Amino acid sequence: MAKKILLDKINIPGIKSYEVYRQNGGYASVEKAIKTMTPDAITEEVKASGLRGRGGAGFPMGLKWSFIDKKSGKPRHLVCNADESEPGTFKDRYLMEHIPHLLIEGMITSSYALGANLSYIYIRGEYMWVYKIIERAIKEAYAAGWLGKNILGSDYSLDLHVHCGAGAYICGEETALIESLEGKRGNPRIKPPFPAVSGLWGNPTVVNNVESISNVPWIVNNSGEEFAKIGLGRSTGTKLISASGHIKKPGVYEIELGITVDEFINSEEYCGGMIDDRPIKALIPGGSSVPILPAHLIYKTAEGEDRLMTYESLSEGGFATGSMMGSGGFIVYNDTACIVRNTWNFAKFYAHESCGQCSPCREGTGWMEKVLYRIETGHGTSEDIDLLWDIQRKIEGNTICPLGDAAAWPVAAAIRHFREEFEYHIQFPEKVKNRNHFVDEPFESIKHLVTK
Amino acid sequence: MKVIIDGHEIEVEPGTTILQAARMMGGPSVPPAMCYYSKLEDTGGNCRACLVEVSKGSDADERPMPKLMASCKTTVMDGMEVKNLSSPRVMEARKAVTEFLLINHPLDCPVCDQAGECDLQNLSYQHGKELTRFKEEKRTFEPENIGDKIQLHMNRCILCYRCVKTAEQITDGRVHGVCGRGDHAQISTYITAAIDNDFSGNVIDVCPVGALTDKTFRFKSRVWFNKPFNAHRDCDKCCGKTTLWMFGDEIQRVTARKDVYHEVEEFICNECRFDHKDTADWVVEGPRKFEKFSVINQNNYTRKLDTVVIDTEKQILKGRDQDRVKISMTNVPFKEEESKK
Amino acid sequence: MENKNYTQVINITPELKSRIDELISHYPADKRKSALLPVLHEVQDAHDNWLSADLMAKVAEILEITPIEVFEVVTFYTMYNQKPMGKYMFEFCLTSCCSLRGAEDMLEYACEKLGIQPGGTTEDGMFSVVGVQCLGACGYAPMMQLGDFYKEHLTPAQIDQIIEDCKAGKIILHDK
Repeated sequence: MAKKILLDKINIPGIKSYEVYRQNGGYASVEKAIKTMTPDAITEEVKASGLRGRGGAGFPMGLKWSFIDKKSGKPRHLVCNADESEPGTFKDRYLMEHIPHLLIEGMITSSYALGANLSYIYIRGEYMWVYKIIERAIKEAYAAGWLGKNILGSDYSLDLHVHCGAGAYICGEETALIESLEGKRGNPRIKPPFPAVSGLWGNPTVVNNVESISNVPWIVNNSGEEFAKIGLGRSTGTKLISASGHIKKPGVYEIELGITVDEFINSEEYCGGMIDDRPIKALIPGGSSVPILPAHLIYKTAEGEDRLMTYESLSEGGFATGSMMGSGGFIVYNDTACIVRNTWNFAKFYAHESCGQCSPCREGTGWMEKVLYRIETGHGTSEDIDLLWDIQRKIEGNTICPLGDAAAWPVAAAIRHFREEFEYHIQFPEKVKNRNHFVDEPFESIKHLVTK
Repeated sequence: MKVIIDGHEIEVEPGTTILQAARMMGGPSVPPAMCYYSKLEDTGGNCRACLVEVSKGSDADERPMPKLMASCKTTVMDGMEVKNLSSPRVMEARKAVTEFLLINHPLDCPVCDQAGECDLQNLSYQHGKELTRFKEEKRTFEPENIGDKIQLHMNRCILCYRCVKTAEQITDGRVHGVCGRGDHAQISTYITAAIDNDFSGNVIDVCPVGALTDKTFRFKSRVWFNKPFNAHRDCDKCCGKTTLWMFGDEIQRVTARKDVYHEVEEFICNECRFDHKDTADWVVEGPRKFEKFSVINQNNYTRKLDTVVIDTEKQILKGRDQDRVKISMTNVPFKEEESKK
Repeated sequence: MENKNYTQVINITPELKSRIDELISHYPADKRKSALLPVLHEVQDAHDNWLSADLMAKVAEILEITPIEVFEVVTFYTMYNQKPMGKYMFEFCLTSCCSLRGAEDMLEYACEKLGIQPGGTTEDGMFSVVGVQCLGACGYAPMMQLGDFYKEHLTPAQIDQIIEDCKAGKIILHDK
């Protein structure tokens, strides 16, 4: 069995409750941190661990912590981003639902490291039952003295609360999340200033993903150096992967970074291979925003190397032949899937989730959705593919927040790798009227019909 | 601090944005601004029309910024080098933003009161295309009545947020805001309510397009048929300094005085704007100057114009005398005998 | 904006008020507005799953903010309903991963079974069926949200059962 950091205790009966969690070594990191370590020493351990933000951007967490403005004298906040909304990603929910105290322990230890006395967990509104689980767990932690004034008799005090969103993907963007936490519309802020200087209520704030924070107790207990030994190269530690799509065993898996994509998809320990043993057609390795990979680039890179589950290997080849680790939303497609339909589906998602603040995203995402809908339903024209390419190119990089890029990349990658399928939709409109058009007749078998 | 924009150098105070620095310099290198408004706090960054390329971050860190930056929100660093007109990337992005702003815009300029003083028109003249690539039906909104003084045309709105900031910062109670999200976000009061307080009329002046117009001026005249005069009156609510838009002796519209970037010099109250349409109420200071190349100025010919001579005119109907009978051409009068041929 | 003409009886019960006060206490005293999103959830749950303009104005009063600040927020987030919805609202996730595993079929099945169109509500006001964007249950597709909970790995037989359970009053919508 591979090394587990986050899910090692997941199968212990009752681990959801405070008592069982505590009996199994829970909250040890808080004791160790507050009694024996300085805040800066914890930050140094996190830096040494090489832990990269698990929300999608992969920014080194220790480095992010070190940016927090400690000179201004303003109160500081740690906000946990539990607004998990990236299509294909459902790992944070799994952690919070099954082992809520791990996150709370991580929040306390991390808040101590940052010198934050008031911290929040921002959870998406749809996860309402998880919100209640966390809320109760926080009450248990207060009752046991892990939260509140003078924790463990020290002079460190911390208040921790859970806050719920109400249905907006954009609130996963850290400044939109802060706006939402302030009771406003989730419009991302223009940076700079970054939250580390001016975040929640204008105070220095760090926003970290659930999985990132849940790694902190292990790092504090075992040292950053030990953490860095797990994984491969700059991809240290383990990673939760949310696997979905046409695989035998969808679900959340903790992997040691560095295993091959082949092993992850086909071994019994993880996805268990393709459903009905149909051929694999495409893979989105990191959530809907990252580029889709065609079959020949899934198990091997363009250079012929094994494709590994690491930040580096997944992005090998750049956008031309690679993708990204993203948030670990691993979506597998077999030959019955229609890439055009799927791209339209994502475009619809982004158009629906655009906050509407800046023009390229507000207008561009809606436009892409309309053009893709036309193509998918057999009303596309030969100019539409180039038009689509042009629109995505003009959104990318020109928006306030990364949602514009996230909407543009899947469209670009789909056209880059599956242009023939778009052309098929345009040349054979009658054949794509039914939404399951490739179920009976996979594209591979009719590909030759497309004329260049 | 020293900043170079399109090769021109200027010294500015720390904290100045690129756009402000460009405005200090003046000339063609000033990026267009559809949402930024220097008289209001916390505006800008939304429309993306003012994106520029920062080809050198500063003297301390020479690296260029990878993305185009919103010049209205990016403060200058010492030694920064900015490309606006000189950057093909910027020009392309600006064309793209113009196209995005226009795909759902009704393009109803012929019946829009803003036509002639519309920032979106100006942007389109400079960066727009003649043809649209947008085949779908344009987005429309249900009309909303926000009172008897201000007309809201949501279909024309580009969501610059200026009117929201105006209501927040200038008036004593904001009742409208941005509702909905994405491409269906809209300016609304949610429950149809009048936007009515002493300074609410300023939302008309700050609106860059024809989304908020003056109901008391509605369909009265095209703006270029009006003659603008600076005038003032004693007002206990505001500065009382306005521009009167006259048609003959009639005051058809009163606005605040606007500068070269179409921003008001000083905000005015609703009483001055809506309730004083009699010249006796005002001390008229004299004609207001306009940008030389503005649409409004086209009706204020200050120089003698050359007679346009089209050389081909004489030749054009040669050999087609049948047609010449039907067409009257002053330069080539039709002679009596010709008709008898 | 649409649908402002429905009427709603506003009733901030003592239990609801104390829950609202508890939520407000989670934020600094001068940042009451921050409690807006959680408070709106509680108020909506206690008022037949929707928020009228009057109710929103009431929330504004409680949080000491202006009504427009509440309207702006309510219209931004998808979970707040601005018109009456069915008591049991079936929210099917239709995003890619669910769609691959037959989410549209399930939504259509539920609509057919209840005799309504997607987005519609049954005449008795019991059921609504809507398609929504990713709910974060991609590995357990097809699925839907019902109240505070998710119903995952759906089959037509399970949808039948859920409808029966709703009619029999066996479904708990909110975890209070």
